[in-house]
Amino acid sequence: MSHLSLARVDKFYGRVDHGVHAVQNVSMDIEKGEIVALLGSSGCGKTSTLRMIAGFEEASRGTIALAGREVHTLPPVRRNVAMAFEGYSLYPPLTVRQNIAFALKSAKLGKTEVDARVAEVAQLLEIEDILDRYPSSISGGQQQRASLGRALIREADLHLLDEPMGQLEPQLRAVLRGRIKHFVKERGYTAILVTHDQTEANALADRIAVMEGGVLQQFGTPSMIKERPANLFTGTFVGEPPMNVFTARVAGDDGRIVLELPEGVTLAYPAGAFTDDVRRTIRAKGDIVIGIRPYSVRRAESGVEATVAVNQWLGDQTHIAADFAGGIIVLVEHDRTVLEPGRTIAVEIDPAALHIFDAATGIALAHGMELA
Amino acid sequence: MEHTSTLERVLRGIALSLIVLFFMFPLFWIFLMSFQTNETILRIPPSLFFEPTLGNYKALITGKLDTAAGSLDIAFMKNLWNSVLLSTSAVVLSLILGVPAAYAFARHKFRGSEDIAFTLLSFRFAPPLLVLLPLTIYFQQLGLADTYVGLIWVYQLICLPLILWIVRGYFEDISADVEYAYRIAGHGWFATFRKIALPLAGPGIAAAGLLAFIFAWNNFVFALVLASADKQPVTVAALAFVTASGIQYGQIAAGIVLSITPTLAIALYAQRYLVEGLSLGAVKG
Ligand SMILES: Nc1ncnc2c1ncn2[C@@H]1O[C@H](COP(=O)(O)OP(=O)(O)OP(=O)(O)O)[C@@H](O)[C@H]1O
Ligand SMILES: [Mg+2]
Repeated sequence: MSHLSLARVDKFYGRVDHGVHAVQNVSMDIEKGEIVALLGSSGCGKTSTLRMIAGFEEASRGTIALAGREVHTLPPVRRNVAMAFEGYSLYPPLTVRQNIAFALKSAKLGKTEVDARVAEVAQLLEIEDILDRYPSSISGGQQQRASLGRALIREADLHLLDEPMGQLEPQLRAVLRGRIKHFVKERGYTAILVTHDQTEANALADRIAVMEGGVLQQFGTPSMIKERPANLFTGTFVGEPPMNVFTARVAGDDGRIVLELPEGVTLAYPAGAFTDDVRRTIRAKGDIVIGIRPYSVRRAESGVEATVAVNQWLGDQTHIAADFAGGIIVLVEHDRTVLEPGRTIAVEIDPAALHIFDAATGIALAHGMELA
Repeated sequence: MEHTSTLERVLRGIALSLIVLFFMFPLFWIFLMSFQTNETILRIPPSLFFEPTLGNYKALITGKLDTAAGSLDIAFMKNLWNSVLLSTSAVVLSLILGVPAAYAFARHKFRGSEDIAFTLLSFRFAPPLLVLLPLTIYFQQLGLADTYVGLIWVYQLICLPLILWIVRGYFEDISADVEYAYRIAGHGWFATFRKIALPLAGPGIAAAGLLAFIFAWNNFVFALVLASADKQPVTVAALAFVTASGIQYGQIAAGIVLSITPTLAIALYAQRYLVEGLSLGAVKG
């Protein structure tokens, strides 16, 4: 059995089946020692999910098991879970040091042991110099790290970290990311981390859970999420800049597959560019949505025409947005490319880089050559 | 920094002085009166100059009131003690009952909780005289009339809603996550209530307790109807100074000074908490 197992968990705020349906039928199995990132837009139910696991909100339906026990009916005290709160929630009358140490109170450790562990965590999070200050007199980012320290210092069955680094600058975040991962892995802790930062999710997590509208969209390794998005939402939500998406009709004969995009734009591929299964599936569907990652779009001598709309140099790469098939196609180049707006370019889309989704449901049909 | 012109400062000073004068003058006058005899008080025109006497205080403290119509026994000190006893016990009881209740109302929303809380508050809307008549009959049947217990009970009508509603607001201001953070670290709800919620709401509880104490202290009508002379607080006892031979202004003034002293002392002592209590909202969760 998995270390943490959510089975068909629902959360309604207000009356069951009538109130806000914040988490919808979520099932998830997390193994011991795994770090899982919870990714999703604001208000999609990430915090609600964590709070149900921690026991601050009752699961309206479904079961939650942790370390071999059914915990969803237990009070928070008995679940053995540590949590860093989205709003920090430090205890105002105590110093940062006391705040961090008080998480250890119930562990009944000696003073030297407690001091040593506080020092370790403080060093990890670079908050040694503010240990004796009060929460009201330190910055938001410092409060956030104090709150994170209070969670990390505990030896719990599960660590829930709700946007633990949202307030920090990218450099510090990058440093802490590495240290926290090492800290958690070294101790064999299991952690769920909520984040809006995809780089953070990719760097820290063994697996990523993508949520939207209270529904778990996909749960898999970072590369799986990136290369084989389960549906249109995951495809467009994960990846920066976002995936280019166009509706298409499948046409063509035995020898060719022709994708008819809006405004008369067509992409034609030899039938052999797809496997038989993929060909059969998309032909049967007729209406599909294709997605192409900006990194996979190339400029070519001959290809489909697009008109440059915006050209942005970001310091290390160029993002080119061009009018294409009634929408915008974005491509990324690593050199500083100067293409003035209005210029016509030719783009080439590799069939192996195509993500194909069902136009009606958004569910993935194929990724490149393979069926989803 | 805000910049104020000299004129603005002067005008502000004058306005403040006027307000202080307006509110403090009656108190100041009563304070002066308490050191005068009835003759000097009733002198026309009134004057600030007189020969101070401690006679009024002496009469109150010894319980012997000498009037033109002869000597009269008054139990002012006993009444003062009654006030202290009744108000303190009522507030303590209200805190014991009201603070946990306020916590429950703040943290656990259940069906009808809002209605119950409102009903409790509505006790404050009802004119006391409305409930007094039925209450008197009940109390006589229950044997509670003219007992301290009965009075303290009735005083809950004054104190409990006040404490409940004020303290509830303070509990609601404390981020629930602060408590959750404590609970998740292995503490039960009661420990959380005691170690986190209570200290954080402490200034608010002190402020509410003080306010309830003042309301209880100033109550008049409940004790007037429900208690006999030896259980009555100072507010009712002041009536005794309206004697057959006239109103004893000097003693009334001394009585007032004595009876506002405890509340004033508590208010001064608790001022710090009051200020803290009122700024509790600034605490970041
Ligand atoms: N106590 C509550 N009562 C009613 N609705 C709530 C409550 N808490 C959250 N919600 C609603 O539930 C949904 C999910 O909220 P949740 O806090 O889980 O989002 P989130 O994914 O953590 O968002 P964010 O990234 O902004 O923190 C939202 O629509 C929110 O408005
Ligand atoms: Mg959240």
